[in-house]
Amino acid sequence: MERNRTPVVSGWFTGTEEDGDFRLLGTRCSACAAVFFPREDAYCRNPHCPGGGELAQTPLSPRGRVWSYTDGRYRPPAPYVSDPDAPWEPYTLIAVELEAEGMVVLGQGAPGVTVADLAVGMEVEVIGGVLNEDAGTVWTTWRFRPVEPAGVTA
Amino acid sequence: MSADIAVLGAGMHPWGKWGRSFVEYGRAAAKTALADAGLEWTDVRSVVGADTVRSGYPGYVAGATFAQALGWQGARVTSVYAACASGAQAIGAARAQILAGLAEVVLVVGADAAPKGFFAPAGGERPDDPDWLRFRVLGATNPAYFALYARRRMALYGDALEDFAEVKVKNAAAGALNPYARYRKTVTAQEVASSAVVADPLRLLDICATSDGGAALVLTSMEFARSHGVADPVRIRAVSTVTPTYPRTLLDLPDIATDAVTASAPAGGPFRASIARAAYEEAGLGPEDLSLAEVYDLSTALELQWYEDIGLCGEGEGAKLVREGATALGGRIPVNTSGGLASFGEAVPAQAIAQVCELTWQLRGRAGERQVPGARAGITANQGLFGHGSAVVAVR
Repeated sequence: MERNRTPVVSGWFTGTEEDGDFRLLGTRCSACAAVFFPREDAYCRNPHCPGGGELAQTPLSPRGRVWSYTDGRYRPPAPYVSDPDAPWEPYTLIAVELEAEGMVVLGQGAPGVTVADLAVGMEVEVIGGVLNEDAGTVWTTWRFRPVEPAGVTA
Repeated sequence: MSADIAVLGAGMHPWGKWGRSFVEYGRAAAKTALADAGLEWTDVRSVVGADTVRSGYPGYVAGATFAQALGWQGARVTSVYAACASGAQAIGAARAQILAGLAEVVLVVGADAAPKGFFAPAGGERPDDPDWLRFRVLGATNPAYFALYARRRMALYGDALEDFAEVKVKNAAAGALNPYARYRKTVTAQEVASSAVVADPLRLLDICATSDGGAALVLTSMEFARSHGVADPVRIRAVSTVTPTYPRTLLDLPDIATDAVTASAPAGGPFRASIARAAYEEAGLGPEDLSLAEVYDLSTALELQWYEDIGLCGEGEGAKLVREGATALGGRIPVNTSGGLASFGEAVPAQAIAQVCELTWQLRGRAGERQVPGARAGITANQGLFGHGSAVVAVR
């Protein structure tokens, strides 16, 4: 049976890992240009916003620079999904300062990207990926990876 | 009008993993604080509880829970929750009541019974809760955030793993002298280095544990303290409970992203520094006036960050301060003379109150082997999930 591919959170990104046009989605206030991720659809949170604007969906910069990074050597608690019978595989966590928005967004590293491949300031890009799979669903997410091949950039 | 209030009593239940109800720890701490103040529970006209979210409904409404455990006597009640900043909120509420003339004697209590291991979000399927989402989508535990800050310091300021380890060595040495601490053994830099990596670059001994514990304060008006025969009590001169300013550009728990800077440029400096600045302004003193400080060392690296945020040194100079021994007992400005979270482990709603207990004992000159000679002024600093500032200035 074909399993559904479903974003782990609806409306936070668009595209797939295959099509090369994967983007995180935020919202932008038409009155003050404030950008929000995770998306804010109800109200603008800029206290200096003149008001009266609309929040419209906007794709975020596909690239940014590593603000910091770490990994998870131990299994996180639920609701993180992992197979308790399988040995724990550490994942890499990268905080990326997006080019145009100047905001720092957290994401897991693409499969195979370890802390040894990363440095603060390195350029990375966002791509689609799979967070976990269960009986009926492949849960998709966003991931970051170095723009240059891993290990080449200083 | 004097904005000072008096700390007449301070008390704790020792930190540990005792396996009992948080109510028991809070009640014991309250009894100890009342005895320290020379007052009876029936003298208390207002009780403020710092809540815990881990102990079900009684924990969510801790003020009344502690009042019931001590025996209903009709006192005014307040229950507050602000995660790690809950204790400062409780002290802030008590202080406001005293300064407004609503109560002369207020008992502040916080206690927790924490589970082992990583803190996890409240249960259920809650995709509108950022704290739930960061676990579901990223597996981003609290130590992961501490590790991001630590790595950033290494890249920006050249901090070394040995500098982080030195914080643990320092705090363990102080904690070994504190009968209320959970960990009372000295630790070597070698032991830190050989402990397991939890979240690169931080190791197990760089990260604070989760603990059971309870702390309480008896706070009164200055007039009440004098009429009670205490002419020169420890005074709380400032309580800072500020929020961040937009755009907030430093990634903080439990957020998945910071604010964008597309609408306005960041102003006013980072949130943690603004917490201390508000406390200093309210107290009318500055970092140069301090005898000691208690800061929230969730990780060793974060303690170094706090040195800079509370103005003990310039940006990026925290590691130098610990290397010089300035923040150790006997140093120029001792930090975490209690042993800090490194020696206590985190009992969330009790922790900010426990910080003020340590200031109280130090300012009274009753801190035993941990005593900072001639201590006259101290600050506590801390930060609660979602943007709760917490700092208290106490003087003698």
